[in-house]
Amino acid sequence: MEEIILECSGLCKSYGHKTALNGISLKLPAGKIIGLLGPNGSGKTTLLKLINGLLTPTAGSLLIGGNPPGRETKKIVSYLPERTYLVDSWRVREAMRFFADFYADFDLARAEEMLRSLNIDSQARLKTLSKGNKEKVQLILVMSRQARLYCLDEPIAGVDPAARDYILRTIINNYNPEASVLISTHLITDIEPVLDEAIFLKDGEVVLHQSVDDLRFQNQMSVDALFREVFRC
Amino acid sequence: MGWEFDLDKPLYLQIVENIKLKIINGEYPAGERLPSVRELAAEASVNPNTMQKALAELERAGLVYSQRTSGRFITDNTLLLKNLRYQSAQQHIEDFIAHMQQLGISPPQALEMLAAKVQEV
Repeated sequence: MEEIILECSGLCKSYGHKTALNGISLKLPAGKIIGLLGPNGSGKTTLLKLINGLLTPTAGSLLIGGNPPGRETKKIVSYLPERTYLVDSWRVREAMRFFADFYADFDLARAEEMLRSLNIDSQARLKTLSKGNKEKVQLILVMSRQARLYCLDEPIAGVDPAARDYILRTIINNYNPEASVLISTHLITDIEPVLDEAIFLKDGEVVLHQSVDDLRFQNQMSVDALFREVFRC
Repeated sequence: MGWEFDLDKPLYLQIVENIKLKIINGEYPAGERLPSVRELAAEASVNPNTMQKALAELERAGLVYSQRTSGRFITDNTLLLKNLRYQSAQQHIEDFIAHMQQLGISPPQALEMLAAKVQEV
């Protein structure tokens, strides 16, 4: 039987009278790369924030490796938020050290190797980096942990196509049958070949959760084409 | 990056065809060790699970076999490889004839044109 890394049932989140997530039930197995796909405002970021304990559910339950979000789950979840939280005046190297102090599973050698591959100077201050390079640093930090669940919120939106390829290759090379990667994005074509499963979120509800090859076989179309059909404006 | 895919069709089937071709044309020589799932996945820029599924399919077809500790190997059954090449060639010929007919060219005419082209080459 395959191991479940994340399980939520009837998960709801409302901001005041606005409902962001409306009864989400999902089981994510270990060892998969899963696309969390949906248009703007469909609830992708809200779900990722709930998984990371930055928000508390209005209703429903959420378990990661058998535990509700908290100290235990933060040890095994590596989160790339949509906005950076690193101190702008830090050097890249200081950010690396900060992560190494904070997370027991942080692999400094791996992070340094990725910095070199992407030609990022570890002595540079974060505020002097371009937007794309800042995003790369953040992603390197997150992917250099040996986590069980990676939650990447729009990891490729701000970077150039060559770096995008590098990031996707990093995700593939980092693949581990014990760990899963949950990637939210609306740039589907780029990440499509890398995905095992796709989750379509629409107005806070899961409208589809399927293996991408089954989806292609059944619909005779790409995930991107199906997305355009399901979410036609 | 990676191999070219038609994203309208299951990727693992396209990977199976791609690797079959490489076995037929000797890029992956008979009896040799196949690169690991991880290496192949990185080369093709696909998910390792998808690559795994494709290799399982090739195993079922008898084109590759696993050795418990040392990985996957290409079959050294030359008869099977010969058959595969033959089948693949037949498929191309059938496609050629069908395309020519779509253009309104009869099989005998097509054969003449093909013969002339072969002379040129």
